[in-house]
Amino acid sequence: MSDFPRWKYALVVIVLILGIVYALPNVFLPIQAVQITANHNAPVDQALQQKVAAALTQQKVAYKDISITGDHLTVGFVNGDMQKAGADVIRPVLGDDYTIAFNLESSAPKWFRSIGANAMPLGLDLQGGVHFLMEVDQDGVLDKKETSYADDIRSLLRQKNIRYDSVARSATRGQGINIVLRSADDRTATSNAIAAEYPDLNVKDGPSTGDRFVVNASMKPEKLRELSQNTIRQNLGTLRNRINALGVSEPIIQQQGDSRIVVELAGVQDTAEAKKLIGAVATLEYRASIGFPGDPRAVEAAKTGNVPPDANLYYMRDSKLPVLVAKRAIVTGDELVDASSSFDSQSGSAAVSVTLNSTGAKKMLDFTTNNVGQPMAVVYIERVVDTKIVDGKEVRTPTITYSVINDAKINGAFGKNFQTTGLNGAKEASGLALLLKGGSLAAPVDIVEERVIGPSLGADNIDKGLKAVLIGLGLVLLAAAIYYKLFGLVADIALFFNLVILIAVMSMIGVTLTMPGIAGIVLTLGMAIDANVLICERIREELRNGSTPLASIRAGYDKAWATILDANVTHLIAALALTTMGSGPIKGFGVTLLIGILTSMFTSVTLTHAITALIHGNRKLKTLSV
Amino acid sequence: MEIFNPHSNINFLGIRKLSIGIAVLLMIASVVLIGVRSLNYGLDFTGGISIVADYQQPVAISDVRLALNKIGVENPTVTSLGGTREVSIRLQPTAGMLDEKGKVNLDKVVSVVAPALQASRQDATIKSRDYVGSQVGDELRSDGIIAVIMVITGIMIYLWIRFEWRFAVAALITEVHDALVTVGIFALTQREFDLTVLASVLAVVGYSINDKVVVFDRIRELFRLARKAEPEEVLNRSINSTLSRTIITSLFTGITMAALYFFGGPVVHGFAITMLIGIVVGTLSSIFVASPILLWLGVSKKDLMPKTRENPELARRP
Repeated sequence: MSDFPRWKYALVVIVLILGIVYALPNVFLPIQAVQITANHNAPVDQALQQKVAAALTQQKVAYKDISITGDHLTVGFVNGDMQKAGADVIRPVLGDDYTIAFNLESSAPKWFRSIGANAMPLGLDLQGGVHFLMEVDQDGVLDKKETSYADDIRSLLRQKNIRYDSVARSATRGQGINIVLRSADDRTATSNAIAAEYPDLNVKDGPSTGDRFVVNASMKPEKLRELSQNTIRQNLGTLRNRINALGVSEPIIQQQGDSRIVVELAGVQDTAEAKKLIGAVATLEYRASIGFPGDPRAVEAAKTGNVPPDANLYYMRDSKLPVLVAKRAIVTGDELVDASSSFDSQSGSAAVSVTLNSTGAKKMLDFTTNNVGQPMAVVYIERVVDTKIVDGKEVRTPTITYSVINDAKINGAFGKNFQTTGLNGAKEASGLALLLKGGSLAAPVDIVEERVIGPSLGADNIDKGLKAVLIGLGLVLLAAAIYYKLFGLVADIALFFNLVILIAVMSMIGVTLTMPGIAGIVLTLGMAIDANVLICERIREELRNGSTPLASIRAGYDKAWATILDANVTHLIAALALTTMGSGPIKGFGVTLLIGILTSMFTSVTLTHAITALIHGNRKLKTLSV
Repeated sequence: MEIFNPHSNINFLGIRKLSIGIAVLLMIASVVLIGVRSLNYGLDFTGGISIVADYQQPVAISDVRLALNKIGVENPTVTSLGGTREVSIRLQPTAGMLDEKGKVNLDKVVSVVAPALQASRQDATIKSRDYVGSQVGDELRSDGIIAVIMVITGIMIYLWIRFEWRFAVAALITEVHDALVTVGIFALTQREFDLTVLASVLAVVGYSINDKVVVFDRIRELFRLARKAEPEEVLNRSINSTLSRTIITSLFTGITMAALYFFGGPVVHGFAITMLIGIVVGTLSSIFVASPILLWLGVSKKDLMPKTRENPELARRP
């Protein structure tokens, strides 16, 4: 009987083999490991391996294996406690040159990895860790951008010798900058100048009264969108850099919606340090300073409250001396490319070496060339969010504090690379450098959700999830075999392979396995059998109607197929909607269901048909065991 | 083995007034329950702090509540997590749990709650802790509603194209019925309604539509085959001939969900119980509700015949 063509058998066999191979890595339990990566150009070699091994042996911390893979050294431990003890031993031995991270190392043979077969990464609920949801303050970014445009327009007008009454941001956010001029000619000149200099701005005449001629310059809508997208992207990048510095392997840092970022750090239990790094929003601004700290003018201003219009009165961070600094920033934190702690070669004190991007470098060079010998201040801007409960609702008010951390004479013109000194010890220098690394956060972020899952809970969940899958599968296998006999057994084989292929596909795509995901797997198993129920019931019906066994099989599959297709497509629509739902765990469930529906269509129909054809194909049948 | 009489001919349509009446009653009751008692929203939706505490020896819920009252926590929600040694605690933050900036600090929460629990019971340990801001929940809820609407319209459009508008409308009404009654049971029992439960309500919709489509498919097939198609008889025959598959599939899926409920641990309890409720509701509505609606909408043989392509050549012939 050629009911089932050869090429289809080949296809089935190939899919099954691939499924088994790609699902297998999940069988090997991961080992608690410590991963050591070099920070700068420190070597990862045999010498390092011996050093680490010797340190562990000396402190009597037993480890399972130690090996170099790629650019990092991995040490496996028996359990989480040993892993922690091991990390505590290794950290002081290696010092700052290496980052030490907790990791789960796959114990599957190496050749799996070489063909891209990896185990599914485990979600936080299965291995413990912390989860943060952060909100990026888009308004803050817009404020900053508009303020900087206002400054730029002011200097442009000065440069073009156009006299103006005022340049100020519109009262409503996002409405741009209003420039009040004294004549219609000046207005035309201003419009032209702005349009020529800043193509990102829309320039239009505002309502004019008497001798007030108003020009409104606002950001073009597409630029606003771009700005908000860039804000998120920049924040994601910065967070990645900051979190890498924390030493967490494979952190999840993802955008969610328009203004949120999810951060999941597996294996981390102490949130304090993570939060300090993630939540702290510190920016530096380099600004011209009017005299040094404690300058008589600054003291006078502090006493009388008469601050010059183009300056701010701030206080030094440590000495609390008043200092006057220009309102305009020369370079802002987002123009920082890199910052690392170092020691000032002259004073031997802690310093931060700073690298600027090209626009920042140009601005810095322009300024320093003209101002050698003048003081320049580094303003440290810290943003803190207060949450108060007013009338049962959360009200969040950000407060911004400014302090001057450094005010030094410009010793010569510089641009791209320079050092910031005057930091309080090596610790502060490294802390600040860490925060500034990868560019400062362009927009402030607030933590709006936080979850901590203990490691024992994770292990518990894995046990229970596995048990639920196996028992659920076992019961359905048993029920199907009893109810549909031989055809039930065939369906059982298909169901088993459905699980295998489902896991293989999830591993190949790299779906993170979570508890809702496991629930999705169990549900898929329960519903995958439906296709076989449909087929078996159809075959029984055909037999009852007096068809021959072979004809019954053929008609059963043919007629059931249309129903299976309709039922699965509608179910697929439901699963698709689940995957679009914002939050991670639900998505995991939806994705599992989606893949499960697709794999079950293959296993329940094609695979069972292949096996049935193999069993019944070449025999003359009188009855069917269904 | 066969449990069902293959030649069963139960007159399901004969009791359509009763079955639809019950369905309408259930829907009204659900709406009233949801309106009056409201849902016991989980942390995902309400915001606040949630803690899971583990005890080495069994513990009484009231003791845990008492220990929390001593440190000034008002009205904490303490529930057992499948057993007597693990409890889930939900609470609103007290002053001692906020950091200097007035934000909830989970480390501080633990430093306040852990000693309080351990003061009465030394074997208490804190296994996990969550904090969710309230505005996140509002968005999730609207996301969820959008997702439900998306599912139902998507399915309607598909059925409209593949079958006919009457099937789409019948599916829509039964879907709304199934989802409402499932949520209504949550309002009745005041079980916690969290994000996982919302997801499983969507899964219930998916499951139940699967069930209906099988019956619909048979209705279409029988209408096309029958020479003299009396709608009521065709519908009855369709339900009867798919009855065994409807119930067997429900049983099989129910078995896996029961396994998930009993062995999967507290995290998936809500999910499994929702599915179990949904399977029962969905199966019953497949049998008793969907077809009567079709009958009332006036389903007929000619609406279901495959569209023959209009052939101008044929039309011109005498």
